[in-house]
Amino acid sequence: MSQTLFDKIWQTHVIAGELGSAQLIYVDLHLIHEVTSPQPFDGLRQANRRLRRPDLTFATMDHNVPTKDIFNIQDQMSRLQMDTLVKNTQEFGVPLASIGDDKQGIVHVVGPERGLTQPGKVIVCGDSHTATHGAFGAIAFGIGTSEVEHVMATQTIWQVKPKTMGIKVTGQLPKNTYAKDIIMGIIAQYGVSFGTGYAIEFFGEAIKSLSMAGRMTLCNMSIEAGSKTGMVQPDQKTFDYLAGREFAPKNFAAAKAYWTQLATDDETAFDQVLTFDVTHLKPMVTWGTNPGMATAVDQTLPAVKDDNDQAAYDYIGLQPGMPVTAIPLDYIFIGSCTNSRYEDLEIAAQIMAGKHLAPNIQAWIVPGSRAIRNRAIATGIAKIFEDAGCEWREPGCSACLAMNPDKIPAGKHVASTSNRNFIGRQGAGSRTHLASPAMVAAAGIAGHFVDITLDEGE
Amino acid sequence: MQAFVKTVGQAVVIPDDSINTDILLPKQFLKNILKTGFGQHLFYDWRYLSDGAPNLDFVLNHPEHAGATILITGENFGSGSSREHAVWALTDYGFRVVIAGSFSDIFYMNATKNGLLPIVLPAADRQQLRQIGPNESLIVDLPAQTVTYQNHHYHFDINPQWKEKFIHGEDDIDVTLKYADAITAYEQQRPQFN
Ligand code: SF4
Repeated sequence: MSQTLFDKIWQTHVIAGELGSAQLIYVDLHLIHEVTSPQPFDGLRQANRRLRRPDLTFATMDHNVPTKDIFNIQDQMSRLQMDTLVKNTQEFGVPLASIGDDKQGIVHVVGPERGLTQPGKVIVCGDSHTATHGAFGAIAFGIGTSEVEHVMATQTIWQVKPKTMGIKVTGQLPKNTYAKDIIMGIIAQYGVSFGTGYAIEFFGEAIKSLSMAGRMTLCNMSIEAGSKTGMVQPDQKTFDYLAGREFAPKNFAAAKAYWTQLATDDETAFDQVLTFDVTHLKPMVTWGTNPGMATAVDQTLPAVKDDNDQAAYDYIGLQPGMPVTAIPLDYIFIGSCTNSRYEDLEIAAQIMAGKHLAPNIQAWIVPGSRAIRNRAIATGIAKIFEDAGCEWREPGCSACLAMNPDKIPAGKHVASTSNRNFIGRQGAGSRTHLASPAMVAAAGIAGHFVDITLDEGE
Repeated sequence: MQAFVKTVGQAVVIPDDSINTDILLPKQFLKNILKTGFGQHLFYDWRYLSDGAPNLDFVLNHPEHAGATILITGENFGSGSSREHAVWALTDYGFRVVIAGSFSDIFYMNATKNGLLPIVLPAADRQQLRQIGPNESLIVDLPAQTVTYQNHHYHFDINPQWKEKFIHGEDDIDVTLKYADAITAYEQQRPQFN
C-alpha cells in the first residue's frame, strides 16, 4: 500500500498503541516560550519530576516581549513571565535564547533559522502555529498546557493519527503573488475548517518552486484551515537551507540520505486530495473576521450570505460591493511567524525603496528574530524602512496578537502580514486585513490596497 | 494526580446551562505563572461585585456551602476557550466532581487530565439531586459508577480508560512513564546524525 510522507514519519515515531486509538509518539524537538511554559514547569516541580531531554528542548521569548525599549519592560506580568522562563530553563537545563540574544525571536522563525527544524522530525510547541515547521517535511503541531508538561516529562505525546489530505497546487505563480496568496486563496475557496481532522501535505509544481520562506508561510496558515499540521516534501532547497546552520546535523551527508527517502509514494496514498490552480491567482486580502473571509484585490467585497458575514461587516465597518482598494487603512504591520523572515522584509523593502508612507499610514516593521534584524540592518533594508517613515522594531510576536504594548487602536484598520483577523486579535476593536508583505508594503505607500500585479514599471 | 475512588461530599447547585470557561475564569486571570491560586477567581464575575466585595446572593458565598466539593450544574458545561485554567480554578477551589447534562469536549478532556471527575447525568436525575440541602451529602462511587442521594442510586457512564486513571490517581504522565523502557529503547535506535 502506498504511503504518504506523514504516514512514514508517523510510523517511525510510534512507541506504543494501536492505529485508530491514541498512540504514544516520540518528540524530536520541543520548542517552548514564556506564555505556555510556566505551569508545565511548575507541574514538574510539584510532582518532583525531571525534564527528560533538555537537549531536545529549546526555549525563546516572543509572545509578550516589547518591541521597543526591550530591556525596560513596563508590563509587570510580561516581565514576570519572561523572568520565570529564565529561572525555569536554568533549573531544568534547557537552552534559552533570551532577549538581546541573536537567537531570540518568534519561536517558529527561530527553530528553522537555527537548523533545529529538520525533515523527518516530530516537532511540538505550546502554540498553534507550530505547523510552520512542516515546511521542512516534519510533522509539527501545537499542543495544550498539560501536553507541554507531558512532553517535558516523557519526550512523548499521545495522539490519534489524523487522516491525510494532499493539496495539489498546480500552475505557475503569477508575478507579485506569493505563498501567502496561495494559502489565503485556498482557505477562501475551501473554508476555515476543511482541514479539521486531517494532516495536510502541499505538493505540485507551484509548491516545488516556492522558497523555504514561502513554504513556511504556507504551512503556517494550515492551522487556519482547521488542520493541526501542514507539510511539504523535503527537497534540495530544504537541504541547502539547512546546510551549515548552527544545529544542522554534523553528519549532513547521512542526514540528507535519510531525508531524501521521505516522500509520498503517490497521490492515491492520501485519504483525500484537493486541487488548487494558481495560474490566475490574484493577491488576496481579507475583508472580514476570519481568514476565509478573503477576496482578490481586484474584486469588490462580497454580498452578505449569512449572519456571520453580517456580524463581520458590522465589526469591520465596511459594506458589501465596496472595492478592496477602497478599504480605509490607518496602519500597516509587517511581522509575525507568517511573514517576518528576511525574504519577506526584502520584498517589502524593494517596494518601499525611495518612497515614503502615505500620510494616513503608521507602520510597524517587526523582524522575526534578532538575526534577521541584524542582517536587515547590515544590508540596508532597515534604513529603507526608516527612510520611508516606518518604525523599525525589535523582534517578537508584536501586533500579531497584541499581547505586548503593540496594539492597533479600536476602530482602526490595519493591513497586516500576520495570520488571524479575529475580532480583537490585534487589539480590542482593531480591524485587520491580512495580505502578503508586498501587498502590505504597497498599501503603506499608496495609503490603500493596490493591485500590485498591475503596477509594474510605475 | 489525586486518586479518586469514592467521595462523600457536600454539593452546591449552579443550575445554569452553558457555563463557559470565561465565566469559570475570566481571561484577565490567565497571566499567572502557577497552576495554583486560581480558585479565588473561580466564577469571578458572579462571585464578586464590581467594587470587589463578595456578591452575597451568589451561592458560593453562602457560608453553608463553603465546604462543597461537588458541583451540580446544567447543560454544555465548560464551553468556549480551551483554557485549562478553568479546570485548575475548579480543583484549586476544592471541587472534585462536576455533574452536568453535558460537557464541551475540550473541557471534558482537560478535566480528565487534571483529576476533576466529570459526570454526565440526564435532566431528570439532576432535578432530583438539586433538592440536596446544605447539611446533606452525596456519595460518588467511581468503581460502581453511581451517585447516591437519599438511598437513590443514579448511574453514570465513563470511558474505562479514564475510570482507571482516576481510580489509580494517575495522570497521563504516570501512565506514560510505564512505557519508560520502550521510550529508552526507542531513543537508542532513533535516527541521529550528530
Ligand atoms: S507571531 Fe503570532 S501566530 Fe506566530 S507565534 Fe507569535 S502570536 Fe502566534
